[in-house]
Amino acid sequence: MAWLMAIGQPLLFILIAPLLTGWIKFVKCRLQNRKAPSLLQPYRDLRKLWVKEAILPETASWIFSAAPVIVFAAMLLAAAIVPLVAVNLPTARIADVFVMVGFFALARTFLVLAGMDIGTAFGGMGASREMTISSMAEPAMLMVVFTLAMSAQTTNLSLAMQYVLDSGLVLRPSFVFALAALMLVAIAETGRIPIDNPATHLELTMIHEAMILEYSGRYLALMEWASQIKLMLYGVLIANMFFPWHIATDFSLEALAEGLLAIVLKLAALSVLLAFSETLLAKMRIFRVQEFLSFAYLLSVLGMLSHIILEVYYG
Amino acid sequence: MTETTKPNGAWDVFMSELNALAEDQADRRTLSGVDMLMLAPENWGKAAQIARSHDARWAGVWAEDLSGRFSVDCCLECQGRYLILRTAVAAEHPELPSHAPFYPAADRAERHVRDMFGIRFIGHPLQEQRWTRHLAWADDEFPLRKDFPAQGFPQASTPPDKDYPFLKAEGPSVYEIPVGPIHAGIIEPGHFRFQAVGETVLHLEERLGYVHKGIEKIAEGRDPVSLAKLAGRISGDSAVAHAWAACRAMEAAAGLSCSERADYMRGILAERERAINHLGDMAAMCNDVGFAFGYYQFGRLRELWLRDNRTLFAHRLMMDCIVPGGVAVDLKFDDCAAMKETIATLRAELSDLIKIIDANSSLEDRFLAAGVLSPAQAQALGALGFVGRASGQIFDVRKAPGYPPYDQLDLTVPVETDGDVAARFWLRYKELRTACRLLEQMLEQMPEGAVLADWRTPEAGAEGFAAVEGWRGEILCYVRFDEGNRIARYYPRDPSQINWPALEKIQIGNIVPDFPVCNKSVNGSYSGQDL
Repeated sequence: MAWLMAIGQPLLFILIAPLLTGWIKFVKCRLQNRKAPSLLQPYRDLRKLWVKEAILPETASWIFSAAPVIVFAAMLLAAAIVPLVAVNLPTARIADVFVMVGFFALARTFLVLAGMDIGTAFGGMGASREMTISSMAEPAMLMVVFTLAMSAQTTNLSLAMQYVLDSGLVLRPSFVFALAALMLVAIAETGRIPIDNPATHLELTMIHEAMILEYSGRYLALMEWASQIKLMLYGVLIANMFFPWHIATDFSLEALAEGLLAIVLKLAALSVLLAFSETLLAKMRIFRVQEFLSFAYLLSVLGMLSHIILEVYYG
Repeated sequence: MTETTKPNGAWDVFMSELNALAEDQADRRTLSGVDMLMLAPENWGKAAQIARSHDARWAGVWAEDLSGRFSVDCCLECQGRYLILRTAVAAEHPELPSHAPFYPAADRAERHVRDMFGIRFIGHPLQEQRWTRHLAWADDEFPLRKDFPAQGFPQASTPPDKDYPFLKAEGPSVYEIPVGPIHAGIIEPGHFRFQAVGETVLHLEERLGYVHKGIEKIAEGRDPVSLAKLAGRISGDSAVAHAWAACRAMEAAAGLSCSERADYMRGILAERERAINHLGDMAAMCNDVGFAFGYYQFGRLRELWLRDNRTLFAHRLMMDCIVPGGVAVDLKFDDCAAMKETIATLRAELSDLIKIIDANSSLEDRFLAAGVLSPAQAQALGALGFVGRASGQIFDVRKAPGYPPYDQLDLTVPVETDGDVAARFWLRYKELRTACRLLEQMLEQMPEGAVLADWRTPEAGAEGFAAVEGWRGEILCYVRFDEGNRIARYYPRDPSQINWPALEKIQIGNIVPDFPVCNKSVNGSYSGQDL
């Protein structure tokens, strides 16, 4: 049963991720006084891309055609590490949060290489911006991870969630700071407004889209799907790390159903928050991104300091 | 042209210096009420030098093949008054001193004349560089000469235009970004070549002409009604303004004036066009900085007015509403009342919307100080419309020299001096409010009467010149009739031709990702410039 769950959970990620994107789109449309496309639209888009002929640029090397598969696989493996509906899965014992960050880095490496591989100005530009942003986002991300690891005394996501669950509703300043930092990092890493605009057609402003501009057909489908999964991964990470309540701790059907319902509601609520901020904010000028991410880093450092000072010394 | 500007000292000094260049009294004429000076070709450059020293604005150049010689006209504007310089060059040796050393605005216009007629402009800094000429014509083919057939000599395939000499920047970590002519979005085609270090732009060069439709060539031989239709299709968003300019020029040539009601109707159409396009631009500027809320709200307001257009004038863009001799549409009493109501609704909705926009600091952060065109730069380029007025250039054809119906209306022209994207955004908003006020005045004051006068065939060789303030700025139009009510020459000068170079200046020192919003804040028409 445990292994069944361990395999089923990443599959669930793959299945739900487009729905989450559709839901965010739905809420955004409603906030902008528009009719929204069907929640199933992202699935239709993926199906459409999947059956379309894939055109490869003449200058593309094997990296370009391999990158979508590698990026997708990396997201899938990362999804296997992050508990979705249940904790204590066997995969959790194999890999911890550093492995997850590693998978993200692997995916980014190939995304950036693919962007540069074809030799267009946009690909290179997107790759350069992506690396600039990630070099500032990753330290903040790691500080958040360290803060959590110090509190829970483990880098294992499943155990950390179990720890938060066991200690009940305690207001830890360190967690509040870490949560805020992780949210900022998540916005930057998943290419949402105000850092990047996934809906833009303006080549010169693109970051993520610039790198995948030359993809088409099933390659593009894999890339799109992978970024939908990445968005969901960050959502689940925030939801289950800081608000793990009602996640299944055993594999009984009731517990699993409760866990599934809980995560669906948590993600839906987080999406509304994201849609609100995307409606209220314009995209920031690219050089303000460093201020944004420095602020995220500052928050994560404050999180760690408050953990050390308030929870270790006086705890 | 109606004489609303009183002769003043500066103009008189300017004219007396220029008059010294003309040989005798017979060389001073008027064209459609505008002063015209006949010059010898060798004085052509001198005249520009004098004009420059008097801060006259260079507005356009056009030529015509008169079998055996080319007639060349140049339009200048000083203190709200136009002046046309005219010269003729022999067809065997078509050379003329260039105005480009004195006026940067003359650069592309003169290259256009050279590509089309083969007239060489001596002293032009980019003398050999093609502009409108892509590679569809052989080197010795000049499409606007009379011996060139309208259908041209089509080649099976046009060779790739890969040797165009873009300015290159060199040095460590300088790189080049070619953008377009095919873009990721559905917009018109144009090529932009950036030289950048990191995200900072060192230089931007535009390469346009991808939508050259041969407007000037296919205008030849048309009758007035069909020319007005063609004018409405020069740039779809300026359908009214271009048709108005063409009709005014043709009416001037025919010595026809349309009824007062027709003037008011034309004004109503033009101000509606202005309002709709400003709404569209404000929407697009929000979209270009990723502020979808503003995009959809302004876009919704624009769409409502477009639908009203369809109901009232049977066309969303009001194409073919302005015809020679008047207008083809009329407003009933109920229509006027309904339009007043939609204006009130728009104003109320805008007040709500603009508060949200004004209070949004993330939007402000993107607009303020981005893409600055200094008043000095704007003056040097002769920037028009909202681009010029956002950088302190007060010129507006509606105000001075003025033309009906605006000479009977209370019009204040808003001006800003910051010259950044924010200034161009807010200037559009103010012009939108002005357009609403003008519409209300016109609906209130519009006299009864016929809207279409009978056309009077002008004599062969009759010329007409007109200027109209389109929503982008001053549109100039020159027509000359052949015999039998046919057009011999038609030249429309869209404001985009003047404003496109401003974008190159605006972008220097800005960052690459700010280009789309800077571009949108200028919003030149590709089609209007390419002709």
